[in-house]
Amino acid sequence: MKTLHSKAFRRRAGQLLATASVVAAALAFANVASAQTLTIESWRNDDADVWNTKIIPAFNKTHPNIKVQFKADPPTEYNAALNARLAGGTAGDLITCRPFDASLDLFKKGNLIAVNDVKGLENFSDVAKSAWSTDDGRTTFCMPMASVIHGFVYNKEIFDELKLTPPKTVAEFHAVLDKIKADGKYTPIAMGTADQWEAATMGFQNIGVNYWKGEEGRKALIEGKQKFTDKPYVDAFKELASWAPYMGDGYKAQKYPDTQNLFTLGRAAIYPAGSWDVPIFRKQADFEFDAFAPPVVNAGDKCYISDHTDIAIGINAKSQNMEAAKTFLSWVASPEFAEIYANELPGFFPLSKAKVDVKDPVAAKFVGWRGTCESSIRNSYQILSRGTPNLENELWNVSAQVMNGTMKPEEAAKKAEDGLASWYEPHKK
Amino acid sequence: MTDLTAPSVQSTDVVPARSRFPLHIAVFLAPALAIYTLFSIYPLIDTIRLSLYAGDETGARSFVGLQNFQTLLSDPNWSGQFWNALRNNLVFFAIHMVVQNGIGLGLAMLLSLPRLTGGSVYRTLIFLPTMLSVVIIGFIWQLILNPLWGIAPSLLKAVGLGSFFGPWLGQESTALLTVSLISVWQFVGIPMMLIYAALLNIPDDLLDAATVDGAGPFSVFWFVRLPLILPTLGVVSILTFVANFNAFDLIYAVKGALAGPNFSTDILGTFFYRTFFGFQLQVGSPTMGAAVATAMLVIILIGVLIYLFGVQRRLQRHTF
Repeated sequence: MKTLHSKAFRRRAGQLLATASVVAAALAFANVASAQTLTIESWRNDDADVWNTKIIPAFNKTHPNIKVQFKADPPTEYNAALNARLAGGTAGDLITCRPFDASLDLFKKGNLIAVNDVKGLENFSDVAKSAWSTDDGRTTFCMPMASVIHGFVYNKEIFDELKLTPPKTVAEFHAVLDKIKADGKYTPIAMGTADQWEAATMGFQNIGVNYWKGEEGRKALIEGKQKFTDKPYVDAFKELASWAPYMGDGYKAQKYPDTQNLFTLGRAAIYPAGSWDVPIFRKQADFEFDAFAPPVVNAGDKCYISDHTDIAIGINAKSQNMEAAKTFLSWVASPEFAEIYANELPGFFPLSKAKVDVKDPVAAKFVGWRGTCESSIRNSYQILSRGTPNLENELWNVSAQVMNGTMKPEEAAKKAEDGLASWYEPHKK
Repeated sequence: MTDLTAPSVQSTDVVPARSRFPLHIAVFLAPALAIYTLFSIYPLIDTIRLSLYAGDETGARSFVGLQNFQTLLSDPNWSGQFWNALRNNLVFFAIHMVVQNGIGLGLAMLLSLPRLTGGSVYRTLIFLPTMLSVVIIGFIWQLILNPLWGIAPSLLKAVGLGSFFGPWLGQESTALLTVSLISVWQFVGIPMMLIYAALLNIPDDLLDAATVDGAGPFSVFWFVRLPLILPTLGVVSILTFVANFNAFDLIYAVKGALAGPNFSTDILGTFFYRTFFGFQLQVGSPTMGAAVATAMLVIILIGVLIYLFGVQRRLQRHTF
């Protein structure tokens, strides 16, 4: 009886195996059939709409036989999710590149291919490529897409009501804040420290460039000629600390969406912004708003802006559709893409040399500062965030603490410097 | 509730002596063993193996022995964060033990009152948050406690206590406590249900006999019911311990992976996440992450062993 059973079992198993192999074969076939589909990995889940209805259809007009799929994760989860998918071999063909080390790391691990030979790369300047090139600048591994610019967005109606003019210097800025506060109806500065990055990015990096003179200070920091404990950096922290009385009730528990809502509901006058906020405000705010550049310390000083190379696109080394992916990258480098991107997503400014008309007036104002002020990128991004403790994480932490009043500006500067000096040779002296 | 240590069922049939290997045992064990090995034992062992390696920038890994653990415990950049996370985790656990299990016990006692009407309604309502997603819980509570448009500040103002409100989720001194209490609110249903089931198991004869002997309600609780539900309290404690030291999701949903302000809500789970997956510009290190995971395993193992040898063996089980 036992043998009979096992025979029946074996036959059953045989059938099962046969079915399984047929299914597997069918799946494999399906895979081959869809070989011309490119999948884009991205953290810009806010832009999914624009990609699906504008950018991809525009690409398909000239390249009808390459299907493109846009797949986005939330920004905070992107790096982790992408690394997991790359390790598991399930990542998409095209990978949206974070600036500097996160992408450099992917390139060194062989997850991204060099794009030096991809047509269109010549449309970008060395500065534009710097965020996605090896330290020696010889190999570029992502096609630059866009940068974001920091500044301040303000509610024009509130400014008109209180008869205020956009400030040019730090002193004027504080005078404006005092007037709004004295009036009492509106929160002067919409900003929260709960997410920490707001304090570091919209605060420290936004205004800081005017203190450390943009690229000059950023490069000096990398070379070890300046330290975070030097005057410009301490002064930037001091300025941040002075904002606290002008921020909303309970700003310590206020998150980024709260901040955006506070401004778009017309309850706050000034919003330390990234240019990527412009399209969101365009949709949500029913009042007129405008922008002013980060105030300079003394009237007549040269102005600097944080014009941060933020987003690029590269090719997964394991992609099955290498040629199609390169074709797409060349198209990303074209003026046509720059035009669509700049106007569908005002606030993300194309990095290519091609002249692009930005139609949104506020976004155009942001990009206009490129002509009047010196551009720089965030000082923690290149090289300095390679060690432990991570400088970018430290700046988030101390900037939020300075604004919360739990740390003095000098202590914040010392903590950032000590962390950097613990692993970075040029700062050890 | 399953009684894990119940004496094995005594068979009255005489089992005939067998010389060959009892194949059916292997057959019955195989499915569970295979699944458990594949999804639990193998990853666990591989994690420990991985923690003994270090990767370089090309992704190549080499064996480094216990160096990762040495870094974790002696390099101030790592050990500071590690001890801070462990300390916060202990606070997180202590709050759950006292508040969650205390309230759970109280609620179970109330539910087992003989003349309670609508008991099943309360039971369902209190258990409901446990079934919700952590992301929803985090979102709801952030809205409730939001200083700008939350209902907590307006409610407090309505009763004249407005000055007591603070941005609790954003202050270093209160953030961990607040997050812990949100987690307590979510999971209080679990100890309640377990203890409630244990209370129902106590035969009425015992309680009646105690009452006849002259014991008041307090004595009945202290001398009759509590000793009888001690094994359940033990199980509840160990479940709380393991769950708390594996916790991650609520903190991540409410405070993000950087667990601010100033790492005051950082627990081992979020510390592990940052180390393994990286964060913003911090590049993740799978090998160092594996070392943190192994350290967490050791900590949980120590806790469970203390419970097993220090508590479980002394507990007396009563079967009725």
